Amino acid sequence: MNTRQLNFVWVVLMLATLATYAIGEVGAQLGIVGPLAMTALLVISFIKGRLVALDFMGLRGVKFFWRGLLIGWLLLVSALIALAYWIALK
Amino acid sequence: MENHPDTVHPGPAAAPPGDLAIWFFILAELLAFGVFFAAYAFGRAHNVALFNEMQQTLDRQAGAFNTVLLITGSWCVARAVEAVERSRSATGARWLAAGIACGGGFLVVKGFEYAAKFGAGINLSTNTFYMFYLSLTFFHFMHVILGMVILVALWWKTRQGAYGPGNMNGIESGAAYWHMVDLVWIVLFPLVYVMH
Repeated sequence: MNTRQLNFVWVVLMLATLATYAIGEVGAQLGIVGPLAMTALLVISFIKGRLVALDFMGLRGVKFFWRGLLIGWLLLVSALIALAYWIALK
Repeated sequence: MENHPDTVHPGPAAAPPGDLAIWFFILAELLAFGVFFAAYAFGRAHNVALFNEMQQTLDRQAGAFNTVLLITGSWCVARAVEAVERSRSATGARWLAAGIACGGGFLVVKGFEYAAKFGAGINLSTNTFYMFYLSLTFFHFMHVILGMVILVALWWKTRQGAYGPGNMNGIESGAAYWHMVDLVWIVLFPLVYVMH
């Protein structure tokens, strides 16, 4: 990673954090509630987590096995959270 | 990744940056946090009304600010690694110090959050939500402290010029651990503070 790429990733992560916060503060006014809000929050955290793993942890240029372990963890945790949320709606 | 002008297609590296042992440790930590997150989510499924009501009592501003601090701390440490790889130890040490400051800021903000909750008479046995909130965030809090101990050691050694191109193992290993602490919070904040 070079300096510019790292800085760009930081800006994206800041904007994504702002989006997460906005969903919590004004999501209801924007109609982003319930399963839609849950899905948006999980997608944002997946994008953020993936950037941290690939660019900050430096896994982008590493064999798929290692990237797969971390991105797989993110996907598995997100899927379990979504499943539990769905059960809670019943 | 550095550019290798003499190599047309370097191909993916076989192993991640840093010591392989730290990566097994990171995977074990992620597994533990993953189980904790699932336990929270399924615990919530059985107490939706309580969790939704209690979540409103959390300080979302503090949680969001702490997200900014951890991500910025992670960025500082990534910049430190990049500087050291280009033989700029003094710059790298300054970035590490900035990362340590971000971690310290996180602990202070979280400390105020805990103080407010304890001051309101909240503890582990208040209800299921607070049992999860306190144990999950405190488990993470301990990891931030360990991460900061590692960063201070890296800062000390980097200042002495202990790392550089061809000798990145130590700093890359410590940095990877710090990024893991950030990665976990990136899931924890929306899950515990926002999602309802």
